[in-house]
Amino acid sequence: MSFYPLLNQMAKNMNSETVLRAQDIYKSYHKDRIEVPVLRGVDFEVTAGLVTALVGRSGSGKSTLMHLLATLDQPDRGEIHFQGERIDDAPRSRRDRYRNHDIGIIFQFYHLLPELSAIENVLAPTMIGKSAWNFFRHRKEAKRRAEAMLDRVGLLHRAAHKPAEMSGGEMQRAAIARALMTDPTLLLADEPTGNLDTETGLEILKLLTELNQDDGLTILMITHDNSIAESADRCHRMQDGQLQQGMPELLIA
Amino acid sequence: MYRWLLCFRYLRTRYIALASIISVTLGVATLIVVNSVMAGFSAEMHERLHGLASDILIECHASGGMPDPEGHLEEIMKVCGDDVVGSSASVHVPAMLGIDFNGQLITRHVNFVGLDPKTYDDVSHFGRYLLHPENQSQVSFQLREDGFAPNREQFPSSGWGYRRARVAYERALAEEQARIDALRNPASSITAETTGPSETGPSLTISPPQIFEQNNEVAASEFDPAVEQFPGIILGISTSSSRMRDEDNNVRDHYYCRPGDDVRMMFPNASDNAKVVNQKFTVVDMYESGMSEYDSTFAFCRLDQLQEFRGMIDPASQVRSVTTIQLKLAAGADLNAVRDALRRRFPPNVYAYNIQTWRDMQGPLLAAVKLETTILNILLFLIIAVAGFGILATFFMIVVEKTRDIGTLKALGASGGGVMSIFLSYGLLLGFVGSGAGLIGGLVFVDHINEIATLIEKITGQEVFDPTVYYFTEIPTIIHPFTLVWVMAGAVGIAIFASVLPALRAARMHPVKALRFE
Repeated sequence: MSFYPLLNQMAKNMNSETVLRAQDIYKSYHKDRIEVPVLRGVDFEVTAGLVTALVGRSGSGKSTLMHLLATLDQPDRGEIHFQGERIDDAPRSRRDRYRNHDIGIIFQFYHLLPELSAIENVLAPTMIGKSAWNFFRHRKEAKRRAEAMLDRVGLLHRAAHKPAEMSGGEMQRAAIARALMTDPTLLLADEPTGNLDTETGLEILKLLTELNQDDGLTILMITHDNSIAESADRCHRMQDGQLQQGMPELLIA
Repeated sequence: MYRWLLCFRYLRTRYIALASIISVTLGVATLIVVNSVMAGFSAEMHERLHGLASDILIECHASGGMPDPEGHLEEIMKVCGDDVVGSSASVHVPAMLGIDFNGQLITRHVNFVGLDPKTYDDVSHFGRYLLHPENQSQVSFQLREDGFAPNREQFPSSGWGYRRARVAYERALAEEQARIDALRNPASSITAETTGPSETGPSLTISPPQIFEQNNEVAASEFDPAVEQFPGIILGISTSSSRMRDEDNNVRDHYYCRPGDDVRMMFPNASDNAKVVNQKFTVVDMYESGMSEYDSTFAFCRLDQLQEFRGMIDPASQVRSVTTIQLKLAAGADLNAVRDALRRRFPPNVYAYNIQTWRDMQGPLLAAVKLETTILNILLFLIIAVAGFGILATFFMIVVEKTRDIGTLKALGASGGGVMSIFLSYGLLLGFVGSGAGLIGGLVFVDHINEIATLIEKITGQEVFDPTVYYFTEIPTIIHPFTLVWVMAGAVGIAIFASVLPALRAARMHPVKALRFE
């Protein structure tokens, strides 16, 4: 184990601020009039500049928590704050802007739009966030940034390719480039390697680590894989809709 | 921006949606074709009806008509002189036409019109529907030598040439008959019956050969049909002909008489104790407006002659009476206002006059055509509405298919309204593509409608526009830009309307459920 990464990690933790905080989150689903509790009083923080892993078995509620953090769903109880601003009950337009501009999301199944090429998929968040006229005015600038993002994830040579013409790893790289397009404060990654083979998964993981280390991107990664969770700066373990008691583990790379 | 990008991509990749708008395309094309043809028919009919009837018609219901038409015209000019640009007096009387055809008397009920050739063309398009080109430019009731209906190949030879040949043939036949009779019965001396201006007419039993030399041996002291004619009459072409198909399925017109023949008219005189006037006329031309109602019921002669035959001239004052005064108004004049002003001047409780505009006279027919057009439009729009349900179903399928993409877009920050607008824009785009294709197809169809009709006739062996029914040589079409606009707008509107429900469903989709949709 090297001494410098440890120092580096300690420094990151000491100077960090909370980007996203979930307080006492409850969420249930209803099936045939039966209430199925998924989250039962979750308190959770994401610290700026760190890779935070949320690990747990299937059905533990980690994906539900990520959907709540991304404002794709609303908690039954509790609050979610983004940089001090309560976001879970914000107006719909604010939540749309939050998803579009403040965070980036990558999914296990990539969720690229099949009709669009890689570069058009990367441009999608900018197109959504801006009016047609505004986008048209800044289209060259947007295209340059999209190319830079594709280059950053090593996919510039596939810019004109449709998702159907790409491999799983390439699609996930395109999804990462899309998530980075609006320069988000936080990247939410839901099982980013869950649909990839080990080697490709490691490549994606390496890319995410680089983004964190080189660009200081804050990442919240949800995974069921302990080995992936171990590569994160912090790791929270979920079980039966609750975070396991005790301080978050401080993992040293 | 992403909405239009996705719309165009969906348009290019979702062929099932394109299939769903074929019905929109067909509906729009059909609407354009039907409206163009109906507008063409309607305009043609309007023109003919208007051309035959003047703008304003003042009819007198009294059997003796209205005396002193000049005095009436002066009064009319006082009421609406600024709007009147032409006028003509005429006599309309119901009559029976008798045609001697192969020894049989064919009778037809006709409206017999005595008109002033100098002024009648000022108020109507009477002249242009005559068969002889010279009569079209200057109406004459004198029989012309020949040259009738140059555009009709099958029109039989007519005019003086035909008349002379016919008379010569009849005379030769009569002489031969007399000779045979003399041989059979030398005691009796039967001669050919001579004809007089108001007595008997020719009895054409066998069609004459085409070339006959003039028989100069006929006595000049009596009425000589070879060089003289009775008062001229112009017959509606369907009063004296029938149209049918021959064995080869070709359309043939069969004429009971033709210009150069003599016919008999029976009509009431103008006295209170009406008696039938039986008068012979020589057919000098035929009238073909294309409106069967007119062509099969009208016959025309000179006004002064009809006035004389009916006794419509006051023996003391020599003032002539007419039954009808027709007025031509300036372009843009308010027909109804002029009619109402004239009705106030000649109130119906005092004068037995019926004052009408040409629209009043043809009101039921025009209303029927209008109603027919409206019903056709409603039916065809229902077809597009059915196409709308096709779009609705297809869009629902596409929304289901695109559920995960909708979740993705929402995860990327797209609003519900934004997602909704994708599908509304898609509907708009499909509507434009469908109706645009329909517009082009419809216009091309209309442009080549006669060729297409010919092609259909060749393929099916069935005539699309049966010439035995319609008198149009070509299918008349008129394209009104306004019609194109409202048909397009209606079709696009239906396409958008059909996409509202699927778009709403997409907009209300829960993003998490959408992302997890399989």
